[in-house]
Order: sequence, then structure tokens, then C-alpha cells
Amino acid sequence: MGKVTGFFEYARETPGRRPPADRINDWLEVYQDFPEDKVRTQGARCMDCGVPFCHTGCPLNNIIPDWNDLVYRDRWRAAIRVLHATNNFPEFTGRICPAPCEAACVLGINEPPVAIKVIEKTIIEHAFREGWIEAEPPLRRTGKSVAIVGSGPAGLAAAQQLNRAGHTVTVFEKADRIGGLLRYGIPEFKMEKWVLDRRLDQMIAEGVEFRTNVNVGRAITGAQLQREFDAILLAGGAEQSRDLPVPGRELKGIHFAMEFLPQQNKRCAGDEVPEQILATGKHVVIIGGGDTGADCLGTSHRQKAASVHQFEIMPMPPSDRAPQTPWPLWPLQLRVESSHEEGGVREWSMATTSFTGDENGRVKHLHGIRVGPAPKFEPIPGTEFTLDAELVLLALGFTGPVKQGLLEQLGVAIDARGNVATDANYATSVPGIFAAGDLRRGQSLVVWAIAEGRQAAEGMHRHLMNAESLLAGHA
Amino acid sequence: MVGLPVEQGLYDPRNEHDACGIGFVVNIQGVQSHDIIVKGLQILINLAHRGACGCDPETGDGAGILIQIPHKFFARECAELGFTLPPVGEYGVGMVFLPVEPPHRLLAEGILERIAREEGLTVLGWRDTPIESDAIGRIARASQPYIEQIFIGGAAGMSQDALERKLFVVRKRAESEIAASDLPDKSFFYIPSLSSRTIIYKGLLLANQISEFYKELSDPDAVSALCLVHQRFSTNTFPSWQLAHPYRYLCHNGEINTVRGNMNWMHAREKVLSSELFSGDLKKTFPVIAPGGSDSASLDNAVELLTLAGRSLPHVMAMLIPEAWDADTTMRPEKKAFYEYHASLMEPWDGPAAIAFTDGRSIGATLDRNGLRPARYLVTHDGLVILGSEAGVLPVKPEEVKFKGRLQPGRMLLVDTTEGRIIPDEELKERLSSRKPYGEWLKANQITLDSLPEPPRVYESDLGSIVMRQRAFGYTDEDLRVLMLPMAEKGEEPIGSMGTDTPLACLSDKPQLLFHYFKQLFAQVTNPAIDPIREELVMSLTSYIGTERNILAETPQHCHTLKLPHPLLTNRDLEKLRRVSVGDLLANTLPMLFRVAGGEKELERSLDSLCRRASLAVRSGYSLLILTDRGMDEEYAPIPSLLALSAVHNHLVREGTRTQVALIIESGEPREVMHFCLLIGYGASAVNPYLAIETLEDQAARGHLPAGLTFEAALKHYKKAINKGLLKVFSKMGISTLQSYRGAQVFEAIGLNKSLVERYFTGTASRIEGVGLDVLAREAKMKHDYALEAVSEADTELDVGGSYQYRVRGEYHLVNPMTVSKLQHAVRQENFATFQEYTSLIDNQSKELRTLRGLMEFKLAEKPVPIDEVEPASEIVKRFATGAMSFGSISKEAHETLAIAMNRIGGRSNTGEGGEDEERFKRDANGDWRRSAVKQVASARFGVTAHYLVNADELQIKIAQGAKPGEGGQLPGHKVDEIIARVRHSIPGVSLISPPPHHDIYSIEDLAQLIYDLKNVNPLARISVKLVAEVGVGTVAAGVAKAHADVVLISGYDGGTGASPLTSLKHAGIPWELGLSETQQVLVLNDLRSRVRVQTDGKLQTGRDVTIAALLGAEEFGFSTAPLVSMGCIMMRKCHLNTCPVGIATQDPALRAKFRGTPENVINFFFFIAEEVRQWMSKLGFRTMDEMIGHVDRIEMRRAVDHWKARGLDFSSILYNPQVPRRVGRRCLIAQDHGLDEALDYQLIEHAKPALDHRTPVEFSVPIRNVHRTVGAMLSGEIVRRYGSAGLPDDTIRFQFSGSAGQSFGAFLAKGVTLTLEGDANDYVGKGLSGGRLIVYPPRTSTFLPEQNMLVGNVVLYGATSGEAFFNGMAGERFAVRNSGATAVVESVGDHGCEYMTKGLVAVLGRAGRNFAAGMNGGIAFVLDETGEFSGVLCNLASVDLEPVVDPADMQALQNLIVRHVDATGSPRAKWILENWGEMLPKFVKVFPHEYKRVLGIPKHQPVKADVAHPLHVTPGVALKHEAAHG
Repeated sequence: MGKVTGFFEYARETPGRRPPADRINDWLEVYQDFPEDKVRTQGARCMDCGVPFCHTGCPLNNIIPDWNDLVYRDRWRAAIRVLHATNNFPEFTGRICPAPCEAACVLGINEPPVAIKVIEKTIIEHAFREGWIEAEPPLRRTGKSVAIVGSGPAGLAAAQQLNRAGHTVTVFEKADRIGGLLRYGIPEFKMEKWVLDRRLDQMIAEGVEFRTNVNVGRAITGAQLQREFDAILLAGGAEQSRDLPVPGRELKGIHFAMEFLPQQNKRCAGDEVPEQILATGKHVVIIGGGDTGADCLGTSHRQKAASVHQFEIMPMPPSDRAPQTPWPLWPLQLRVESSHEEGGVREWSMATTSFTGDENGRVKHLHGIRVGPAPKFEPIPGTEFTLDAELVLLALGFTGPVKQGLLEQLGVAIDARGNVATDANYATSVPGIFAAGDLRRGQSLVVWAIAEGRQAAEGMHRHLMNAESLLAGHA
Repeated sequence: MVGLPVEQGLYDPRNEHDACGIGFVVNIQGVQSHDIIVKGLQILINLAHRGACGCDPETGDGAGILIQIPHKFFARECAELGFTLPPVGEYGVGMVFLPVEPPHRLLAEGILERIAREEGLTVLGWRDTPIESDAIGRIARASQPYIEQIFIGGAAGMSQDALERKLFVVRKRAESEIAASDLPDKSFFYIPSLSSRTIIYKGLLLANQISEFYKELSDPDAVSALCLVHQRFSTNTFPSWQLAHPYRYLCHNGEINTVRGNMNWMHAREKVLSSELFSGDLKKTFPVIAPGGSDSASLDNAVELLTLAGRSLPHVMAMLIPEAWDADTTMRPEKKAFYEYHASLMEPWDGPAAIAFTDGRSIGATLDRNGLRPARYLVTHDGLVILGSEAGVLPVKPEEVKFKGRLQPGRMLLVDTTEGRIIPDEELKERLSSRKPYGEWLKANQITLDSLPEPPRVYESDLGSIVMRQRAFGYTDEDLRVLMLPMAEKGEEPIGSMGTDTPLACLSDKPQLLFHYFKQLFAQVTNPAIDPIREELVMSLTSYIGTERNILAETPQHCHTLKLPHPLLTNRDLEKLRRVSVGDLLANTLPMLFRVAGGEKELERSLDSLCRRASLAVRSGYSLLILTDRGMDEEYAPIPSLLALSAVHNHLVREGTRTQVALIIESGEPREVMHFCLLIGYGASAVNPYLAIETLEDQAARGHLPAGLTFEAALKHYKKAINKGLLKVFSKMGISTLQSYRGAQVFEAIGLNKSLVERYFTGTASRIEGVGLDVLAREAKMKHDYALEAVSEADTELDVGGSYQYRVRGEYHLVNPMTVSKLQHAVRQENFATFQEYTSLIDNQSKELRTLRGLMEFKLAEKPVPIDEVEPASEIVKRFATGAMSFGSISKEAHETLAIAMNRIGGRSNTGEGGEDEERFKRDANGDWRRSAVKQVASARFGVTAHYLVNADELQIKIAQGAKPGEGGQLPGHKVDEIIARVRHSIPGVSLISPPPHHDIYSIEDLAQLIYDLKNVNPLARISVKLVAEVGVGTVAAGVAKAHADVVLISGYDGGTGASPLTSLKHAGIPWELGLSETQQVLVLNDLRSRVRVQTDGKLQTGRDVTIAALLGAEEFGFSTAPLVSMGCIMMRKCHLNTCPVGIATQDPALRAKFRGTPENVINFFFFIAEEVRQWMSKLGFRTMDEMIGHVDRIEMRRAVDHWKARGLDFSSILYNPQVPRRVGRRCLIAQDHGLDEALDYQLIEHAKPALDHRTPVEFSVPIRNVHRTVGAMLSGEIVRRYGSAGLPDDTIRFQFSGSAGQSFGAFLAKGVTLTLEGDANDYVGKGLSGGRLIVYPPRTSTFLPEQNMLVGNVVLYGATSGEAFFNGMAGERFAVRNSGATAVVESVGDHGCEYMTKGLVAVLGRAGRNFAAGMNGGIAFVLDETGEFSGVLCNLASVDLEPVVDPADMQALQNLIVRHVDATGSPRAKWILENWGEMLPKFVKVFPHEYKRVLGIPKHQPVKADVAHPLHVTPGVALKHEAAHG
């Protein structure tokens, strides 16, 4: 268990970020290196709880105490085995996960929690560096074939699990590259794309077939897919962005975040990008105070925007854990992401009432008002304002999967929240068709997508092998 | 048997226990007189308080007397009846209990007569035994048999011994034939005695009723030279005339723990028994052990057979109840050889026992190896020997006493009336051991592993397939990480805390090992656990394997066995055995595998075939059978090793061939202590855990062992850990040796169905049905399938387990992240809705089964009671208590928060075992009270002073605790800070050991005595006794009720703990649902329920849990885990490490500062629970809790249990409702009568009034007898109530007694009181001494040398905290055990002196027995070692150093002490020592504990420099009257 008294001998320490003034001039990851001996000390802070709340705080149920201990004991090889046992892609979560595990860490009750996330990242990077991450093709093929629609974290996790269980897996992606949001959503400065490619190389070597530029539902119909494959996993994400239906919305220069962010990923990859949306030299307003908004913020700064505002309709959360979200719940509290350190103005309790534009139909001003708390968001008279806005980015979240096309063709049932409905095995209403990730769950974290992908794979394996899996956890 | 009810519900007559007072009186010369009988009866009456009576105060538990045949009397009587008796010795007399109805009686008489004739004897006539039925109680009368005597004449020329044998055959035949007949009322039939030498008068009587009932005992012609008496205390009140002692050859005080195994083995060896003396008769006497007898009756059966077959009675006793010879370095080799030879014949009958025995010519007594029962004797100048459980049972004038002694552990006293002398133990054993050249026989015939040739090859490890095999045997990641690696690293079993909260094996969704369906039994109340570490000298893992032979003969061949020092075999050891070919040792290997696809059928077929092959092997002459599961493959899976073993074992027992072979297990399955225990407990002689060994090798190869630890060292540690663990488990049951544990089956199965248990685990209790072979086959398949799945990098190699720590894919835990956080949110936000979310997480077990109660459903009322008519929550919470958690195990903050909360709501918090700071006795300024209402009295007696005791509403005697029943504990020195040391009366930094047993409770009558002691100190407090659920707990609870406890607490096995070995945490004890309902049923059946309140605890978490407990019979409810969680506990399960991050289970000031719990948190929890209870009450239709208690009819088992394992469960035994009349109470309705009225202390208090009221000194003289118990305690209670722990100035109250004092003389004696006793005293003198002064010396008119005579009994000064004691004579075993502050001088002590002492000063001016200073961590002892024997062998040096007394401070202190001893007692020896001080001083040895030295900063094993002064903790005290000038 790490060191018995580690938790009160050592302080929490996490890698620093590069100075904002430096990092906004490049697209590299913001984090500084963190030496492994420091990571091991952090592992020693783990208390090896009888009831490890981190382990349930983590959607993947990572067996965190075990690998904390192994890292402390310098047993990296064993650590990556335990980590990989529950998480296919620790290099992704180790970078971009908001770490609900740390929010649930028992030490966090009265001390800064164990630095789980950096330990996770260090384990996987250590393993890659040592060459331990090799292809693990299945020993036997089952002769069953599986189609996975969507190559985001859910689809990829399911693909790896099912392939390793011996099924022949084909992943369909409508974009030109594999990765979904990991590729075209997460800015480079949070995760450089070689990290993704490195993992895809392993999967290709294991025998997963990837088909890009295939929009299933158009290029191939659902029926075709059903004929060709023994099972299908829908993992297309929740791509329907939430709109802001106010006067002036139709003006040029008002875009969804997901129109803006992927372009930069492509640019970083060296692609030519048509119909460029750029913040460079503009007054930018980002509507939406969440992670996507923060990604827009960091991207805008790197594009050298003239000014950036980020608006959030909710009131400003407290700087510490709010009482209504006691430990071990995910805390409501003010979070300062790397992008927030880089500049811009964060405003809370802000509602946008309309946009007005210039003669060319381009947005010029944003008109808004301050509002009271949820759920009513009562406008506060006398707080109306107008702000210069040449680029408005809507980062208001997503309303669910796109129904037109594939989902309609397949006729899978949709739940009350607009997502694809499944049973406990992740099976949809149509036999042989399964669903996982944001498409099933609604917009959520990468870690949840991986968890869903793994669990769906287990359900599909059971379905394909027509067997009761005797011991949980071994798809 | 008349009296005992039939098995019903959870009651099983097999669980009856008894214990008692014994005694005898004999004329050494064999001169017969009526006076001997009168004296015997007098002894009995003076032992009456050691017996008990049940619901009918006029009906005792049984009493009896054995005398020689009063020939003159019978000759006279028979002549009147018209027949003539032949000369004495030529006829036998039978006492016969017969059916009352004449026709049935005549039939029985007829059968007996016919059998006597068939055996060639003559029936001379019958005589109605004149009795006085009015002399006995109502219940006794109701079951009274018709009592007659039969006179049977021997055949012509028959020797008396031959006649005895024939009479035995007649009796055994008659017993068997009538038992097998359909004679109505046959259960009345019983023959107490049928002998030409002795006759037994016994029955369901109180001591004083015997002579009135059996009128002829008062006839002057009734004469005898010896008289053996017994007074019984049985746990139950079920009246039984037959279970009264004496039996034919003995009476017994104690309990044979291994009786099930002993009976089985005796049965198993019947086939090879033969005896020339019996010629063809022997078979007629089978079964040797008559069914339905008690442990004592069974022992008597064995003794009788062995004696009649030719061994002398002392020889038989030494064979059945041997001394602890294994580890005794002082024993002569001849004697050792005698014992070792007999150990290869048969296993010991193990357990606490004082046994008095006689064959009518000689009479004697012996003690078990632990010496756990008292036996005192005296010899008079005119040739009488009087022995009794207590001194003073027969008043003898001091000047007539020649010698006073006691029996020592394993020793024997024999009076041979034919030789006309006392034969001392030394001579007796010398005679026995020189009978045959036992040592030579052993040398020639016994084999050891080392002597066997090296095997040509040994199984190679196969690390390549190890994961596959680990999976097949159900290994989990936790098995490696939590169990095996720590054992390999540290050589001991790992420790855990906070109990267990995972489902029983029969409810778990995970495939289980068969091992985990079993729970260990453990000793409580009726027999004591043993401390296997500090009392290692009595423990043994040695066993002798091979063919057992006819134990009625004695040949060199009998010891042709293989001696194994411990039961774990390496692969090499096993290969040696497999290839052994020495003498008739020959091994055969049989596979325990089955074709896994075939499921249940194949499993059954394979077991059958295994049994058949075993039989064949036995017939073919193999003497070792190795059952192996090596060779599993895709088709074949291992049969659970326990199942295969037990199947073969029971099959061979039934076949009568079991003793011809030893069974050895070669299995990949066993890996933890419990597994080995089960295999041995079900008959294995040795175990080769090859996969466990390979696993360690694999872990070493992978570099998972700590740096520097090789595989070889790891294996050595692992073996050591397992062996130590085995001893610990044996000792929990009070069993000392592996030989007696083997086959003793001291387990209960939970959730195995009857057909499985009857067939394969015959005799094991399994009370709720459950799974059968089908599920076992399925579990084997699940593991097998998993094993054969491909293993990949991305797969954990083994299942996560999750039994010890919560894991999402592991076992379910009741206390899990969801329940912890919901509960904490609810109590902090005072939100009942959130609380109900919490309880629904626990109560809703529709999908996942977790607890037995989860499978129960309520039968709701048709018309619910409106909720506002239900008793308010503020009343219900008064029934709630928090569990016993010591200050020491939890922090001051946490402890006081609980106390404040419970005092605010009128519930009860509990001190736990650590004492309590006196500061907390007074209320705080704000009205809060930090005092715990319940003061616990546990085995270590930490801080148990008179002042502590009077500041309680309830005194709780902790017999056992759920997480580790039968075990002691240890608070490591680093946790003992200044405050804890103060409260516990110990020294900061010194480890504190809690012994496994209470050293004043070895038996049920001892418990009654302790209850009486406590009640005396604080008559206002109720006394509760805490037991842990196990099969038979109901009968123990009945005994506890009869011992006058006010409350009995039944704890579930799953209760939390600060620290416990994982084996105990998981595998000992059973859920409270079973224990509680058994208790309720047995108490109701006995009509004892109305006298005692019943409390239960064990992971109670919701209102539903409480409601179920109430319906099952509990009036009060204890909680620990949930209140702790309410205060912030997050189940770190690291309580034992002092690192609790929320400041609860820690003493570290930095961590304690993190404690955030409040009394409100706890109060909210209890009110929420009460509110939920109210809601259930409303639905059930009850307005008050009282109405609800015991309404088990309102519970039913859930109708549709759709779970692959649980569907076989059947709760009808739990939900059984004994049909008794309405007048029999089902809850507590009347108060116990503690019998305090007779206490001598009322007189003392009256005399002491001026001192009590005005501190005026008083002085009085009072005569005393052994029936005056606990003298001084009530007076002390009065003093501390008024004057607190400071008491009165020394010597304010002085009482001078003369006579023999009863038990607990001067117990808890407060400061200011001096009790002087001229005479002698029994056990527990100065128990809990709290500042008072005790002086005991022999009568001034005595003729013997005081220092050579017994003065005070066993366990003197147990748990004394301060005060002084001066004893001018010898003390018994365990002098000053757990002393923590008293100063004492004594002239000789028995074994285990100063055991566990933590503070204080003891001077022994003469011989000290073995194992002195075991576990002594503090204080100082000076021992006069004139022979060097003390320093050489007797003192246990594990925790102390021995040093010369050279420090001037020491010399001065010792001399002062001896001077004061002379002043107080006038001791001639002490005077002589002082007179020869220069010569004697160098012979004194200072016993100086290591830990004490360490805290004083003195290095170990280094003589102390003369100029180093250190505190001696000598109470300076007020000088006695004549302080010596040179003092």
C-alpha cells in the first residue's frame, strides 16, 4: 500500500504547466515534464483504502490503489498490467480526464488528494518508452465479424476489446482520420495527436480494420451493414450541438465550437482547410463556460485573437467544493483550466439576448443581460450590455446523436433524453445492434466513453458467443 | 434420555454443556465408616454455589455421590427382602433407573435379568430404593425415574475383576438392547452403576437434597472408605437424571473440547479392538461410547473400557489426558517416552478438566495439561484425604491438618487404600513409565521424515501453467497480495480490521471455495480459549501417522508410526512418503478429479469411485492414502479437496477401517490458514499445498517479493505463518494439540444442504440447508472454464477477489462507497430522505443477496397502526447501544463523541476494554456526559477498578467479540501514550496484551462467580455477558441466564474490530440472525427468557435490520460500524496501523486533529434508525417495541428466491417458534435474583459505618467459610462511591477473618481496607485489587510449614491495579496474572506466575512454577531461585531478562518488602531469609521485562549498572503497625 504513513509525510505535487506567455505561441501540450521519482512519491501518498472511493469515482473502475502501490515500489511493468486491465487508453485519460477519481479520493476529505492522474499518465508513458506496449493479437479468431460505427474513444475501446476476444472488427469513420473527438475536438495543446496515432498503430497491428471517409447511413446503409456483420456497435457520439436561438443567430461569424475546433486540429496536422474560421485579430465571444468553451478559449488565444470573452449563464461556483456536492461526489467548484490562465475574461450569470451585425451580415455586437440563478435565470433589470463580437463560438453542449440517416434506417429505439436506448448489455431494440458512448449516454467524458465501449464489448461478446460469461470482467 | 427435548428449531441437545464442583474424601487406610459418607455429603453442600438451578429454584442441575458397596447395609436389607448376599466382592449391585409405569418397568427388568443370565451370572434379587420424592423440586419430580437396585451374583470361581468385566458387558448389552427396542418409556432406562465395588446415588438434585432423597445414605450401616461427589452446573435447565455425575469411574469439572473427534476415533477403532481378558465379549459392549452421553459420560465410557481391559486407572488417565510433555524441557526422558508412545496410540481428550476418579479401591484426581480447573486437597493427621474444587469444603481443625496442596497442571494425586498410602505424582508417573521400555520401543519403531531416503525425483514446478492452475483453484489477486505475500514476508498471518461485510459463501454470486462455506467454532464460557503464544508450552503440532492398532494391547509395534513435527509437507517431503517402504508403511495415491462437463452426476460418481478405491487400498494393506488433484486438464477439474477428503474419511469411518490409514492431501487448493484447519479438522494427517508453494516460487521469479527475500526464505515464513495460524485456531477452541484437533470437526457449515452434510460431513451442524453437489460442481466448472480462457496482457491474471477491500468486480460489500457516502450525507445534512436512500441500498436485496435477513420478508398487518400511535423515536433510541470500542483502539475524540451522543439520547455507549478516564465520570459544565454507561470487563481487565465499576449503569463481561471470537489482542506499545497508560494502569510505550480467555472464567460456574463479584461491587448496575453467535450459543446463553446475568448480548461474526487476523475476521462465528434466534428459542424452551434481556449486534445498519432483530427476539440493539461511519469513518480498514486519516482509529495527535465527527451526526443516525423502525412497526401493526419482541411469526422467508445458490436455503429453523404455554415469557419480564442478600458484606458494611460516614477507623473479627464469596467487594463499592478512587486512608477499615475464605476474597478491595485472614483462601483472591491490603497466613495452630502448603488458590490478584497483598504460603497457578500495579509477596507460586503483568511488584520467596513471566511487559518481579531451576528452565524468557539484584534501590526495595511481609504475616521463612540476608540476596533474581527496560532507556540483556535508579512502583503505603527498624 504505498507507504503506510506516506499520506502525511508527503505533500501533493503535480506537474506544472509551461508559462502561458510561452505556450500560447505553440500548439504543444501545456504540461511540463514530471520526473518519475516524484511520481513514485506521489504513489506513496495512496492509503490503500479498504473502500477505495477513487475506484468507484473512476467510471472505468480503475484499480487505482494497486497501481499507486506498484509505482511506489518501482514495479512499472506490473503497474501497466493492472492499469490496462481496466483502461485501454490511459494515455488519453492521463491527459484529458478531469479525474473524478481524485475528487473521490479519501485523502481528499481533509488533504489534497492523491495525484492519480499524473501517476496514470506516467505509467503508460513509461510503458511505451520501455517498448512494453506491443500488439496483442488474439490467439484464436472466433469467425464472428463486428462493425463499429464511429471511431471516438467508445468505438476504439470496444474495437480493441472485441478484436482481442477474437472477433474480426471493422471500424467505420465518416471523417478523414480515425479518432472522433479525440482527433477533431481535443485541441493539440491538451493532447498531441501522435499520442492517438501511437495507439492506433497498435490496434492496426492487432488486426483492427479502420475505414475512414465512410459515412455509414449514406455510403453504406444500415441494412448493408446488418447483412455483412454479425453485430454492429453504434458509437457515433452526440454530435447534435445545442443552438442559441436568439435574434441575429443567422449572422456570419457565429459558429458552433465543433465547427471551429476541428479546423485547428487539421491545420496542426498540416491540412489545407477550406472556409477558415479564425479568431486571429478578432474580438471573440465564447458562449458556454464548460470544457469545450475553454478549448475554444485556448485555441483563440493561440490564433492571436484581439480579445476573448467567455460567458456562462450559471452563477460563479465557489472556489472550494460546494456544500451540495459533498465528498465523494464530483464537486461543484470553480475550475481554472490551462486556457483560463492564458487570458480572456470569464463572466458568469450572463445571458445572450441577441446579435447584431454589420452591413455584410457579419456579427458585430452581442447584446446580453445578467441573470439570476437556475432554474429560472431571471434577467436582472438594468444590467443590459452590448459587447463587440466578431467571432462568436457556441459551446453550449450537445443535445444527442444525429438521428437522421443511420439511426433512422436501423430503427433503433430512442430514449426520453433523445439518446439511443439499450438494455444492461448495451443492446439496442434491434437484435445484433449495440450502442455505446455519447450516442447512448449523452455528452460526457472520454473516460465514460472508454468505459461504455468496454462494457458494450462485453455485452456483444456474450451475444456473439451465445454464452453466459462466467466470470465478470473477461470479455 | 428423559428430560432433554428433542432437536427442534435451532436447538440441538448435542450442544448441552456442564461444569461443576467436584470433591472426594477418603480414608487412606481403607477403613470404612459412615462418617466418610457424611463428610462427602457435607462437601457437596459446601460446593452448592458451584452448581445452578434453572427456572425452578428447587430443581438443581444434578448432584451425586459414589461410595463403596455398603455390604453390611445391603446384607441386612436383602435378608429382609428374603435373599442372601454372598460375601463382598462376589456380587454386584446395580443402581437402575426404570420406567415409572409398572408394565414397562417389568419388561425392562426382564431384559436386564435375561442378559445377566445369558452372561452366566445369577440375579439374586431386586430392591426398591427407598426415596423421598417430596425432597426434590417440581421439575425433577416430573422426570423422576423408578429407582431400583439389582443384585447379581458372579459365577463360581470368578475373580472380582472378571465379575466387573461381566457386569460391564451386562450393562452395555442392556443399554444397547433397550435403546434399540420399542419399549415404551425406554428413555427412563439408565444404569448409573453396576459394580461389585462401587455404587452411585445421583439424580436431578440439589446438593442438600441427596441425603433426604436417598434415605439409605443416612443409615449408620451405610459405610465406605471413600466417597466421590459432584455438583453439576449445566447450561440448560432441561432436567436430566442421567447427566448427573459421578459416572461409573469418574466425575468431571470442565469440558472436553475435542469430544466429537474423540468419539469418532473411538468408533473408528472398534474394528481393531480386541482383548484376551474379554475373550469374545468385547463386541457386545460396542459402541464403546454410548450415544447421547455428555463429554464427561463419553470420557467415562473410554476410561471404563481401557481400565477393564487391563490398564490401571492412573495409566488410563495419563493416556487419555496426558501432561503437556512435548515442549517440557524439565521432564525425564522415560516419562516423555511413556507419553510419546501413548501419543502414537491415540489422540488426547483435550479440554479443561479436573477429574476425580475411582475404581472403588484407589481414588484420585488429575488435571488437564493447562490446569484450568481448580483442585485443592488436604491431608489430615488421622489419615483422611479431602479433595475439592475449593479449599474449605470440609471444615478441619487447623491442628489436624498435616498438609495442604493443590493439583498442578497435568498432575495426578492417587490414594491407594489397598496400599494404604498416598502415591505422589512423581512416583506414580515413574511407575507408569517404567512398566515397559517405551523409549527403546520408540527408538526401534518410530520413523521420522528425516530418516527416510531421498526420493529419486520430485515434482518440478511448472510456472508456465501457473496462472491457469491458480484460476482453476479459485486463486484471486487478493489471495496473493493480501494473504500469501504478507505471510511469506513476515512469517505471520496478516491482520485486518473493521470486520467482514461480504455475503456468506452461500449467498455470493462468485464461485466460492468449499472451505468458505464453513465457520470455525470457538470456546466461550463453558471452556476457555488458550493463548498459543504465551502458553506455547501446552501446544503441539506433532502428529503420528500410520496404521493405528488395537489400543487395548501394548506392543512395540504400536509406535511404528511416522512422526511429523507439523502438518505441512513440501513436495520433497511428500515424495518421501509416497515412496516409503519401512515396516508396514506403504502409500497409495488416489486422484481427486472429476470430468467437469458431467456436472453433479460426474462429481458424485467420482466421489463414489474415490471412496471405493480407498476401501480397496485399505484392504490391500496400504497405510497412507495420498489424495491428489494434480493432473487437472481440459477435461478434468479438481474435486474440492475438503469434499474428497471428508468423503473418504467418513466412508472409512463407516466401514470401520479409518484408523488403518492416514489420509494425506496433495492439493493446489489450500493456501490460507482456514483451509489447512478444515482439512485437518476433517481428518487429514498432512497437507502438501503444492500450488501455494509454486505460487511463492512464481512470485519470487517475477520479482514480487521484497528485496532480499529468497523463495526458500519466503516458503519458510509461509510455513511458519500457517503453523502459527493453526495453533491459534486450535487454541480458540481450547484445543492444544493437532492430534486432538484432527477429525474433531469443530466447524459449522452455513448453507450446505442436509443430504450433502449427512453424506460427506457427517455430524457437522448445518442449519439452513442450502447448496448441494450440483452447486459445488457448477462452481468447479466456473473456475475451470475461467482457467482455460486465454490469458492476455490486457487481462488481470487472476480475479480481483474483493473480499478484503472493496473492488467493483469483486465481492459485494454492505459498507461500500455508495452506502458510506449516502449515510454521511444524511447525518450531516440531517436529511431523512437521503438516509432512506442509504437504507434502500442495503435493504433492497432483490437482485443481489447479501445477508440472511435480506432473504426475510415481513408479514405486514392487514390494518397498519397509524404512525402517530407508534411509540416515539425518543423511546426507541433508548434501546440502542454503541459497541465496545476501547479508548486506545479509537481516539479520545471519537470515543467521547459517541459517549456524549448516547448519553444525550438515553442510549448506552461502551468503554470497550481500555478502562475510562476518571475525568469523564462527572458531567461537563454544559450538561454533556462523556462517561460510558456500559463499562466493559474484558480479559485484560485494563483499568477495571472498583471506582470504574461503580460508575456504570451496566457492566459487560466480554466473553468473545464478533471479529475474533476466542482470541485475545494486543495494543502495540507505540499506541500507548501517557493518557492511555494512565487509564489502563500501565506504563507508556509498553505493549498491552489481552489474553484470549478471562483467567477467572474457565467454566460456566466461574462466570457465575464473576457476575456475582461485579454485582457485589455495583449492585445497581446490570450485568451483561457478550457472546458471539455460533452453533450452541443458545445453550451457552441459557447457562449465562442461569449464572444470573441480566443481559445477554449475541454478537454476529461480522462485527468490526481494531485488529484481527484475517482468518478470524472471515471464518469464525456466524451471523447474528442464527445466533439470536437460537438463543431466543433455547431461552424460551427453558423458561429462562423472562429473566434476561437479549441484545444483538453485528453490522446492523437499517431500521429494517433492527425490526428483524426485534422480531427474532432482541430487546436491545448494538451498532458500531454505522455510528463510526456517521462520525466520518470511511472504512480504511487500517485501524491496526494507527494511520486513520479521519482521526477515529488513531492516537496520532496530527491525525486526531482531523476528526470532524459530532454527537449530532451520531444522534441523527440513531433517530433515523428509530424513525425507520417506527415505520415498520406501523406497517406490522405494533404500537410498542415490547409488543414486537419475539414475534418471529411475523417473518417469512422470501417466497421467490431466484438465485442459483440461495434457492436451496431454508429458514424454517430460524423462524421456528417453540410451542410453549402463554405463561412462558418471550421477553424479559422479571429481574434476576442475584442472591446478594446472603453476602457477608452486609455485616461488614454495618460494622464499617463509622468509617464510611466519618472516616473513623474501625476494626472487627469475623469467622469465614468457603461459602462466603467476594468478601469485601460490596464494601469497596460503598467506599469508592463516596470517596472515589482515592478511597480512605490506609487501614481505616480492618477486618480479621478466620477460616477458609470463599472465592474472590478481597476482590476489588478499595483503598483504606485491610483484610487479614488466618486460614486459607480459594481462587481469585484480590482479583481487581483497587488499593486495599490483603494479608493471609495459615492458622497459628497449624503444624505444617507455611511455605510448603497451599494458602491461596489460582488466579490471585488477577487484574489488580493497586494495593498490597502478603501471603504466608503457596499460591496456585497464574499468580498476579495481568497485575497492573499491585505489590505482593508470596512464598511459592504455581505455573504461569506474573503472566501478562504490566505494572507492579511481586516477590516470590520460594519456588515459582513453569512459564513464569510469559507476556510480562511491565513491572518487576523478584524470585528467590535457590536451585537455579527458575533461571534455567522455569521462567519464560521471551519477554523478560533475568538479572541479579545488585542495584541498591532494588536491594532496598526487596528488603523493605520482606520486612513488611514478616510484619504482616509473621512468616518464618521470610524471617529466616532476613536473618541470612547476605547469603540469600544473591539467590534472588530480578525479572525485568524487555519492554519496560526499553521505555526506561535501558538496553536489553545488559545488566543494569548499580548507579542507575529506576522507579519500582512500590507503593510506599502507610507503614504497617510495626515498621521494621532496619526497613
